Amino acid sequence: MAQATLETRENRRAWGFVTPALLWTVAFFVIPFVVMAAISLATRKGRDIVMAWNLDNYITFFEKAHLLKGLFVSLEITFTVTIISVILAYPLAWIIAERVPQKWQRMALILAILPFWTSYVVRSYSWLLVLAKNGVINNALLHIGLIAEPLELASTRTATVIGFVHFFVMLLTLTIYANLVQMPPNYRRAAADLGANGFQVFWHVVLPLTLPGIMVGAFLTFVLCIGDYITPQILGGNNELALPQVIMLQLGRRADFPMAATLSIILMAVVTLAYIACARWLKMERT
Amino acid sequence: MISSRISKIASWAYLAVLYGFIFLPVAVLVLFSFQDGRLPVPPFNGATLKWYGEVFADSRLMSALGNSLMVAIGSSLVACVLGFCAAYGLARFVLPASRLQRGLLVAPMTVSYLIIALGLLSTFNWVGVSLSLWTVGIGHVVINLPLCFAIIYASMGDHQKNIERAARDLGAAEWQVMTQVSAPMLMPSILAAFFLSVTFSWDEFIIAFLLSRFDVTLPVEIWSMLRSGLNPKTNAVGSVVFLVSVALLLILELIVFRRTAKK
Repeated sequence: MAQATLETRENRRAWGFVTPALLWTVAFFVIPFVVMAAISLATRKGRDIVMAWNLDNYITFFEKAHLLKGLFVSLEITFTVTIISVILAYPLAWIIAERVPQKWQRMALILAILPFWTSYVVRSYSWLLVLAKNGVINNALLHIGLIAEPLELASTRTATVIGFVHFFVMLLTLTIYANLVQMPPNYRRAAADLGANGFQVFWHVVLPLTLPGIMVGAFLTFVLCIGDYITPQILGGNNELALPQVIMLQLGRRADFPMAATLSIILMAVVTLAYIACARWLKMERT
Repeated sequence: MISSRISKIASWAYLAVLYGFIFLPVAVLVLFSFQDGRLPVPPFNGATLKWYGEVFADSRLMSALGNSLMVAIGSSLVACVLGFCAAYGLARFVLPASRLQRGLLVAPMTVSYLIIALGLLSTFNWVGVSLSLWTVGIGHVVINLPLCFAIIYASMGDHQKNIERAARDLGAAEWQVMTQVSAPMLMPSILAAFFLSVTFSWDEFIIAFLLSRFDVTLPVEIWSMLRSGLNPKTNAVGSVVFLVSVALLLILELIVFRRTAKK
């Protein structure tokens, strides 16, 4: 009896600590999400939003080519970026973990992710300086005579992909490196003793053990890349629009809030699918 | 022997190329912020500090910078306090559905900022809250709270539990245990969470863009500068922002480094 009252009192105190954060999350995350989901079921009448409680917006999404295309453009860009970033980052993380002397590793890693901290908007702008018609690359290529006319590099999908890859190579290097240094060297030694050659050791031992790091990084890349407006807007231009650009277009020029909400819900559904696909590598462990 | 030398050379070459790729845009940005001319592209005409002068003389940029600092520090403080209390409650007490609660608290981490911003925008419109720096701050707490909670929760080990129990046995009230025993012990991770939040909020664009109206933060102001095309002044302000972020990172690194050195 005394034990029970003590526990209730303890419990009440514990709720006091947790409740403010929970309330904040419910008020400014859960409820807004519900409101947005409800608005996606509404229609636009002039500047007003009228609750219709139907799926018309979703049907429109699948019927209108320019809306559906946004999703496909986003998916294509995101997959391209994720794959290229993993391929570029893995060797970098490996070289830092294996070839760079122990005492310089921390330094090498910090250097590798330093430009990560340039402002988001500024990072895309910097790539514009490099890729523009009168930018650094065209200048260099013209100078050494490799090309006669400046290349159209900015305002293309390639530019968007380069801008994204730059960002995510840094992120993936970090997650893959963290996995590589955790791996006990004995595993590889054992495999080599049992007769595996360098490639076999990598393919059957190292790669499977670092897969969690790759998947965590790849999932983060996917989520951040598919939801980003800035990079495709600054570097990709308006030739082909990614889904976030289409969403912003609904907000701005068309003032179609219900359609923007619908597209956001679809974007969220895609991210959820990606999460389910990666879920078994993304277990949150408490150490 | 030869193959190992080749692989060694290949490794260093790869390292050099990738570092070149990673640093290329930053180097170009900073170099041409000193451009003595109207365009931040080659050829480099010589160095001048004129554009930095213009940045610091621009009252709109400076007020945006002030707004950014205010929102970043304010929202990070709120996120840290809420995150610390929640972590304390969930790590030290047995609560029903604690897994669900933890899941709810970190859930915003898996959602695009654009969606969080749109949700808040819909809700503020619906309730009739007018947009201001306050609404931006609320949005930034939403994205930083999961981070603060996760960092602080992960660092609450069982060895600290015993020290807290000792303090309680010696007659300390719960709030005294929390503020005078737990918080100081966890200070490195609290500070790490705080500085990480500040850098995220300082840099965040889409929430600040959609949830502000007249007073804007620095990334939004830089965004509107971009409409005028390539300009050395944008390079200068970008370099300043980079420097501030690196400074914050250095502080963070020193704190985390000090902690690992102590262990």
